[in-house]
Amino acid sequence: MPQLTETADWPTPLKPGAYEDSFLLGLYERMVTIREFEDGVKFLFLEGSMPGTIHQCQGQEATAVGVCSALREDDFITSTFRGHGHALAKGLTVESLLFELFGASTGCCKGKGGSMHVGDMSKGMVPGIAIVGGGIPLAAGMALAYKMRKEPRVVACFFGDGAVAEGAFHEGVNLAAIWDLPVIFACENNLYGASTRVDLVMRNARIAERAATYGIRAETVDGNDVLAVHEATLAAAADCRAGKGPVLLELLTYRRTGHSRRDACHYQPQDEREAWARRDPIERLGARLIEAGAADAARLQEIRREVQAHFQRAVEEARRQPMPAPGDIADDVLA
Amino acid sequence: MRRLSIAEALREGIAEEMRRDPSVFCLGEDIAVPGGWGGAFTVTLGLEEEFPDRMLNTPIAELGFFGAAVGAAVAGMRPIADVQYGDFLFLAMDQIVNNAAKLRYMSGGTVSVPLVMRAPVGATGRGSQHAQSMERYFTGVPGMKVVAVSNAYDAKGVLKSAVRDDNPVLIFEHKLLYGSKGARTEPGAVDATSEVPDEDYTVPLHRAAVRREGSQVTILAWLLMAHLASQAAERLSAEGIEAEVIDVRSLSPIDYETIGASVRKTGRVVLVEEGPRSGGVSAEIAAGLMEHCGNDLLAPVVRVASPDVPVPFTPVLEEAYRPDVARIVEGVRRVLRD
Repeated sequence: MPQLTETADWPTPLKPGAYEDSFLLGLYERMVTIREFEDGVKFLFLEGSMPGTIHQCQGQEATAVGVCSALREDDFITSTFRGHGHALAKGLTVESLLFELFGASTGCCKGKGGSMHVGDMSKGMVPGIAIVGGGIPLAAGMALAYKMRKEPRVVACFFGDGAVAEGAFHEGVNLAAIWDLPVIFACENNLYGASTRVDLVMRNARIAERAATYGIRAETVDGNDVLAVHEATLAAAADCRAGKGPVLLELLTYRRTGHSRRDACHYQPQDEREAWARRDPIERLGARLIEAGAADAARLQEIRREVQAHFQRAVEEARRQPMPAPGDIADDVLA
Repeated sequence: MRRLSIAEALREGIAEEMRRDPSVFCLGEDIAVPGGWGGAFTVTLGLEEEFPDRMLNTPIAELGFFGAAVGAAVAGMRPIADVQYGDFLFLAMDQIVNNAAKLRYMSGGTVSVPLVMRAPVGATGRGSQHAQSMERYFTGVPGMKVVAVSNAYDAKGVLKSAVRDDNPVLIFEHKLLYGSKGARTEPGAVDATSEVPDEDYTVPLHRAAVRREGSQVTILAWLLMAHLASQAAERLSAEGIEAEVIDVRSLSPIDYETIGASVRKTGRVVLVEEGPRSGGVSAEIAAGLMEHCGNDLLAPVVRVASPDVPVPFTPVLEEAYRPDVARIVEGVRRVLRD
């Protein structure tokens, strides 16, 4: 079972001068945006305002924000479900995402995608691919296009531990390896595929070790430390842009909510949940910001209140958005 | 004008499209090995010499390289993915159906997947897993186009249209029609060569082709069966029965305009399909005929198809499996009796 040893020196102190305060506050604000979005959506869902189903990422904010903050605007990401955080981290607005979840025609996919398929090509995010390994070869193909056109772009491909058992993982990673493609395989190992713990379905649950099979570089990263993820992604992106081929990042994190709606997570042991709750990515960065003097508790609280107010305004707008007309059903099937 | 085989016409079409548009490239197993086969049926033979960076030889990983083709298309390239045998499309099914065909819709029209997929089909002495008629598995998938080519002129023109189309297009080719030469010749092959002009041309992806005019009965077929239907029509003509033969060619969407015009003329239809009878493309067309021109039918539609069994190996059973000219002739006699 992959475990991070409980870090004694938590929070890891910030290296003085390594980052601008505004950058760090930006990371913090974006993680809080994801947390508030997900908590708000969960409420809307349970009160019956929101159709469909949801797969949420509370507790995993540092993987989405850490990876995307290390990418350029014209780099792309792919996502499986549990992609709300990826979308917000890559620059989709709270509004375009929320409208999509309400099924409105003003949503990022005109209401035809929904929670599992959020994305926006203009922001560098392919609509979510909800077959867990399906995005892996696809990301390799996007990177192939960049390489053939000699564009210095990279693709960060998000997937979970569950996807690693699918053939698509093996085939996609192998293709990226043999063609030296600029792909960052960002595996969010949150220890659970639906309700199944990773060690029940993998003899070797340290996913980074698989990279050796394909002859590519990999590392295991503390996925609840946004700066660790950011730095690992920066290095991976630099390798990709230098033509060194793909990199596999195993981002160790933990899913705090159920797999999907109404899953109360009874299969997660209480002590495990508590241990990971102590590693909350937002609180960790907040504590480091305070310790380094980049912000005080009041400023962090203010950020949270602003994000909450923004979300509530977006909810009010979402309730007034136009729905697609039934007659539009056959639009966008073929070009 | 030159006569080309389907394999030669496809090769020429691919090369011309690659010269015309730098975003066109090919990927597949064994397609670009110097001294190799040029794919299982010689279609891409030698192209790696002119396009060393755009003929990508893949591992045996259909899900992987079809997925990569979808991704490259999403990122603005125009890939041509070559599967050795149509049967292997099952391995790539997730990428074709869940991604290629759906990304445009799921994204509200903001993603394009200009992908061409080429797949050889048909029973040819190889037993059950290299012989299926795969059309049936894809014609009911919204978001993609499905075409079946039966001569060299069509093959090249359809290939060019498919490359220039912004949708996923799946082209089925029949192993007995390629016209590959030398060691790659298929026993029992049928001559599908045709005149191919030197100049650029395209064949639309949504039109059926009338192969033979007739007034008493319409025979609808595609791929190898289109050739056998024409042979059957010749035999019937000698008895004074004039059959119109339509190569359905576009299997999704189906061209009910061309087909309907013929049915209004003849009132009788025989559908010929190489695949198993149940759940096949001819079942769909039969239902479509009822909806589009049911009042013009003077007799119930007759279907000539293979039995509901996997493709057998031994020649005597393979022959019993696949419709032949005699069975098509018998089907026409049956529809004329009613």
